Amino acid sequence: MTGTTGYLLRKLGGALIVLFLLSVLVYLLFYVAPGDPAKLACGPRCNAEQLHQVRGQLGLDEPLLTRYLHFLAGLVTGRDYSTGTGVLHCPAPCFGLSYQNDQPVTALLAARLPVTASLALGSMVLWLLLGVGTGLLSALRRGGTTERVLTVLTLTGTATPVFITGLLLLMLFCATLQWLPFPSYVPLTEDPEQWAWNLLLPWTTLALLESAKYARLTRSSTLETLAEDHIRTFRAYGLPERTVIGRHALRGALPPVIALNAIDLGTMFGGAMLTETLFGLPGIGQLLVHSVRTVDLPVVVGAVLGIGTAVVLANALADVLYALADRRVTLT
Amino acid sequence: MWRRLRARPSAVAAAAVLTVLVLLALGAPLLAALEGQDATTYHDALIDSARGGMPTGAYGGISADHWLGVEPGTGRDLFVRLLHGAQISLLVALGATAVQVLTGVTIGLAAGFGSRLLDTVLSRLTDVMVALPMLVLGVALTAVVPAGFPRPLLLIIVIGLLNWGGTARVVRAQTLSLKKLDHVAAARLAGWRPARVARRELLPALAAPVITYAAILVPTNIVAEASLSFLGIGVKPPTASWGQMLSTATTWFRADPLYVLLPAACLFATVLAFTVLGDAVRAALDPRERSRLRVGTRDGSRGTPAAPAGRIPKGAAA
Amino acid sequence: MTGTLVEVTDLAVTFPAGDDPAGRAGVRAVDGISFSLAPGRALGIVGESGSGKSTVAAALLDLHRGTGARVEGTVRVDGHDVLAAPEAELRRLRGGTAAMIFQDPLSALDPYHAIGDQIAEVHRVHRPDASRRTARARAVAALDRVGIADAARRARSRPHEFSGGMRQRALLAMALACEPRLLIADEPTTALDVTVQAQILDLLHELRTETGTGLILVTHDLGVVAGGVDEVLVMRAGRAVEHGPVGEVLGSPAAPYTRELLAAVPRVDAVRPRPAVPAPRTPGPPAGEPPLLEAVGLRREFGPRRARTTAVDDVSLTVRAGETLGLVGESGSGKTTLGRMLVRLLDPTAGTLRYRGREIGSLGERALRPIRREVQMVFQDPASSLNPRRTIGESVADPLRAAGGQDGPAIVRRARELLERVGLDPDWYHRHPHELSGGQRQRVGIARALAPGPRLLVCDEPVSALDVTTQAQVMELLGELRRELGLSLVFIAHDLAVVRAVSDRVAVMRSGRIVEEGPVDSVYEDPQHPYTQGLLAAVPVLDPQAAADRRVLRAAA
Repeated sequence: MTGTTGYLLRKLGGALIVLFLLSVLVYLLFYVAPGDPAKLACGPRCNAEQLHQVRGQLGLDEPLLTRYLHFLAGLVTGRDYSTGTGVLHCPAPCFGLSYQNDQPVTALLAARLPVTASLALGSMVLWLLLGVGTGLLSALRRGGTTERVLTVLTLTGTATPVFITGLLLLMLFCATLQWLPFPSYVPLTEDPEQWAWNLLLPWTTLALLESAKYARLTRSSTLETLAEDHIRTFRAYGLPERTVIGRHALRGALPPVIALNAIDLGTMFGGAMLTETLFGLPGIGQLLVHSVRTVDLPVVVGAVLGIGTAVVLANALADVLYALADRRVTLT
Repeated sequence: MWRRLRARPSAVAAAAVLTVLVLLALGAPLLAALEGQDATTYHDALIDSARGGMPTGAYGGISADHWLGVEPGTGRDLFVRLLHGAQISLLVALGATAVQVLTGVTIGLAAGFGSRLLDTVLSRLTDVMVALPMLVLGVALTAVVPAGFPRPLLLIIVIGLLNWGGTARVVRAQTLSLKKLDHVAAARLAGWRPARVARRELLPALAAPVITYAAILVPTNIVAEASLSFLGIGVKPPTASWGQMLSTATTWFRADPLYVLLPAACLFATVLAFTVLGDAVRAALDPRERSRLRVGTRDGSRGTPAAPAGRIPKGAAA
Repeated sequence: MTGTLVEVTDLAVTFPAGDDPAGRAGVRAVDGISFSLAPGRALGIVGESGSGKSTVAAALLDLHRGTGARVEGTVRVDGHDVLAAPEAELRRLRGGTAAMIFQDPLSALDPYHAIGDQIAEVHRVHRPDASRRTARARAVAALDRVGIADAARRARSRPHEFSGGMRQRALLAMALACEPRLLIADEPTTALDVTVQAQILDLLHELRTETGTGLILVTHDLGVVAGGVDEVLVMRAGRAVEHGPVGEVLGSPAAPYTRELLAAVPRVDAVRPRPAVPAPRTPGPPAGEPPLLEAVGLRREFGPRRARTTAVDDVSLTVRAGETLGLVGESGSGKTTLGRMLVRLLDPTAGTLRYRGREIGSLGERALRPIRREVQMVFQDPASSLNPRRTIGESVADPLRAAGGQDGPAIVRRARELLERVGLDPDWYHRHPHELSGGQRQRVGIARALAPGPRLLVCDEPVSALDVTTQAQVMELLGELRRELGLSLVFIAHDLAVVRAVSDRVAVMRSGRIVEEGPVDSVYEDPQHPYTQGLLAAVPVLDPQAAADRRVLRAAA
C-alpha cells in the first residue's frame, strides 16, 4: 500500500483547509456581526469611558484583519490580556477569555470534556450493539413478522426527539418506579459504579435515537450486499448459508456503518446539547447553551471551533476508515 | 405516484394525521374562540400556589372551560397553546425546507454544471456544511442576532441555511450522472443552448430525488425547531412552541405528567407522520420499488434497501 | 454411473408475474425443455436474450430455490434428483459435482477477500478433510493451471487487482478446484474482448480434454459454440427450436429460426455480398476539394494533472463524402472518445479537426450550431439515448424544433415521416421509449439523427446492445439510408465482423492510436500489423472444423 501515506496526508490537508475556512467564517459571524462585543464584555452597567477602555483591552479598535491575525496567533502561541490592573495570560491554544469570569476558554472546555466523553463513548457501545443487531436481524428475516415489528420500532426511534425519550424515561424510572437516581455527573475516577449508574439514563436516551439510524443503515447495507453477484457465486458453490452471510455478506455490509460511526462519535464529542441540558450534565454542549444565553462570545466561538475540529477530524477519519475497510475504493 | 402512495395504508394514515394537524393549525383562532380562551392570559385562580403552582383539579385542571387543562405555574390554557405550537412547528419546518431545497438545488446544479474549479469550491463548501453540527451553529448564531428580529423567521433562516448540504449533494450527484446520459448529448447535438438542455433534459429528472429528499427534511426540521426551543433559544415567550413547553415540563414531570405527555404526543405524532409519509414518497418515486414487487424474476430474490446509503439525513439532534 | 451425466426432462420454469404478485399464472420462462449429456461431452445452449437459456443453466443447480419461481419437470445431475434433493445433498452437488462459471467475473467474486482464499474456501467445503494449508496449495495449483503467472503471489490479490480475463481465469480455477464432473458456463466470455475471449475458450477446451469434464455452454454467440461443443440446443422464447450435433445444426439447420439466426451473423472471414458497396453517386470529389471530415494529430487527455491519462493519442484520419469509415478496437482503445470528439461532444486537447476544410476543433458552442446539424451521432445504448419522459415522436422532432424555421404541424409531419422511414409505425409518435424494444429504440435514435439532415453520421457501437437478428436489421437500415441519402458514416464497433459488413475503409485502434488503416478487404484479408493479425485470428468462426483449425493455429502461435 504505497499510496496510503500520501492519501492520509491529503485527507489531513483537506481537513486543515476546512478548519481554516471554518475559523474565518465563525470569526466573521461572531465578531463582526451586529452587536458590540465590548458592550457585551463590559456588562449592562457600563459608562462610555469604561466601554472605551474595554474596547482597547480587547483590541477592538484595530482593523479587522489584524484582529483576526491576533486571534490566529493566539491559537498557536497564546495571548496576554491587560486588565488595567494586571496581565491575564491565556495559554495556547487561546480562544480568548470568558466575558463572564475571565477564565481561558480552553480551560473551560477542557474541564467539560470528561463529561461529554463519558456520555459519548458509553452510548456508542449501546447504540452499536442495539442498532447493528437490529439492522442485521431485520435484513436476514426480511418479509416476516420480525422485520415488520423491527421496522415499526426503528421508525418510532427515529421519530422521537431525545428530549421526549429522555423525559419519558425520567418519568418512568426516576419518578414513578424510582429505580434510578435523577442523573448527576460523578467522575469515573471518583466512583466508577456511581458514574455508570448515573449515566445509565442519558446513555440509553442517546442510544435509542442513534440505534434507529444504525438499524436502518445496517439493514439497507446488508440487503445491498446480499443482492450482489458474488453471494450467488458462493451459493452456487455449495457454501452453507451461515458462511455465506458470516464471511461474505457481513464483510461487505460493515464499511458504511464503521464510517458513519466515526462521524457520529465526532459529533457526540462536540456535545450532545439536548441530552446534557435535559439531564443537567455539565458537558461541552451545556456550556455552549449556557454561554449563548449569557452572550459570552469567546466561549461560544471557542466551543463552536472546538466542536468543528472534532467533527472535521472525525469526517476525515471516517473517509480513511471507509477506504481501508472497503478495499475497492481507490485511494485518491 | 399517487396511486402507489394510496396503496400503502401507513401512508394514508400519515396523510390523514397531517391533514388534521394542518386544519387544527389553520383553524386555531376559530377553535380558540370556540373554547373562549387565548394563549397568554394567566389564570391564577386555577393554580394552587401552595403546591408550587400545580393546576387545581384532576388531570392538570381539565374542565369545560379548559379542554386540556392549564399550564402549571401560569394557568394559561393548554389547548390553545398546543394549537399555537402546531402553527409555529409547521411554519418553521416548511419554511426551512423551502429554503434548504432552493439553496441546495441551486448550489448542487452550479457544482454539477460549473467548471472544475467551481465544482471543487462548492463541493468543499457542501462538505463543510454537511459536516458541521447544525444544532451547534444554530444555537451559536442566535447569540449574535439582535433581539428584535422576528424569531420564526430567524429559525427558518438558521435551520434553512445550515442544512442544505444534503440536498446539494444529491442534486450534484444526480446532475453528474444525468449529464453522462446519451439523451443529454443528443440534445446538445440537436443544437440547443446549454441552459435549455439543462432545463428540458435534466431538471425533470431531478424532481424525483429532490422531492424524496425534501420529504425526509421536513420531520428533521420539525425536530430542529423543537430542539432549539427546548434549549430556550427558539421562539420567544409568550409565543407557544412544543419544544419550549417540553423544556418547562422538565421541572414539572413529577407533579404534572400530563403537561409532559401532551406536547410530547403532538410532536411525536407530527414527526412520525411526516417520516412515514416521506418514506412512502421515497418508495413511490424510487424506480427500484417496482423491481421490489418482482422478487423472484430474473434478478432473483433481491431485496431493495430501505434507504440508499449516504442518503440518511443528518440532524439526529442529540 | 456410466449412463448419462445430465438428464433433463420436461423442464419448465415459471416466474411470478411482475405487476401482480398475488395472482395470475406468471411468466413461463422455460417450457418443456429436455436433453441429456453423456460424461465428458459438451452441449451448447444458444438463444437470443429472453430465450430462457440462462434460466435452464440455473435450474441445473436449482439456483431458483428460494426465489419464488416454480420449477417443474426433473433434473438429474450425476444421478442426483436436483429439484428434490435436500439442502445438504444439493450443497455437495453445487461446486462438488457441477461447477458454474458466471458472465461477469468482477461481480462474481467477493471484492473483500483474496482470490486464493476464496478458492481455498470453496475447496474445503467439498473436501472437509483438507487442511487449511493443503486447500491453499490446491488453490495456487489451480490458479497456476489456468495460466495465472506467479500464482503463489497473485493468489493473495483481490479481484479488483486482476484484469477481466484474469478474473475469468480465476473463476475457472475455482470451478476446477473441486474436480467437478460437469462445468456449467453461463455466457463466460460475453464481458470480454475478442482476444481474451479466444484465450478463455481455448483454455476451457484444453482443460476439458485433459480432465474429461462435461460442459454445458450457454451463450448468445453462435461463433462461441462452434469451436467448443459436440451438440447444440437452440432455444427461443423458452422452447427448444432445434437440437443436434454441432456440425449439423450450424451446417445444415433444419429449423427456419436457426437458419434466420445463422444468416444474421456477420462473417469476418467471408466477403459477404454487401448491400453497402461504395457506389458514390457522384464520381469521386474533384481534386482540390477538401474531404468531408479531416482530423490531424487529435489528442484527448482526461483527469487532473497528477493522474492524467491519454485516451486518444495523435490520431489522424479522413472521411470522404459518401464513404463509410469503420473504426474498430477493443475496450479501452479510445474509439468512443475519438467518436465523441469528431462530433464535438468532447473538446480535443490538441490537434485540428476540419469539416469541409473549415477548422471546427476549437469553435465555441455558438459558432458550432450550424455545423451540429450536419454532423450527427447514433448512440450505443438505446435505453439511455432517449429521454424516458418524452414520446419518441417528440424526441425525433427535437432537433427540428431546435433548428427553428418550421411551424408545429410541419415538424410533427416531418417527424412522422422520419419514423416511417426507419421502419416504425408513424402512429407510434405518442409512445414512450419504455414501450419499445431495443431494436425499435435504436431506430428512433437513427431517425432523430437524420432529422436535421446531416451529411455525416458517427455511429458509436450502434448495434452492440442488440440481439443478432435485430442487429442485422439495423445494419441493413443504416446501409439503405446511406445509399439513399448519400451519407458518410463513421462506424465505431468492437465487433470485427460487423465493421467489415458495413465499411469501405477501416482503421484499427489500440491504446488511443490507429495502428493500421486501409480499404476494408485488404486489411481483413492481409493484415500488416501484428495486433490486427491477432485480433482477426481470435474472432470465432461458425464452421466447427475451421474453428478447430484456428485453435490449433492459435496454440502454435
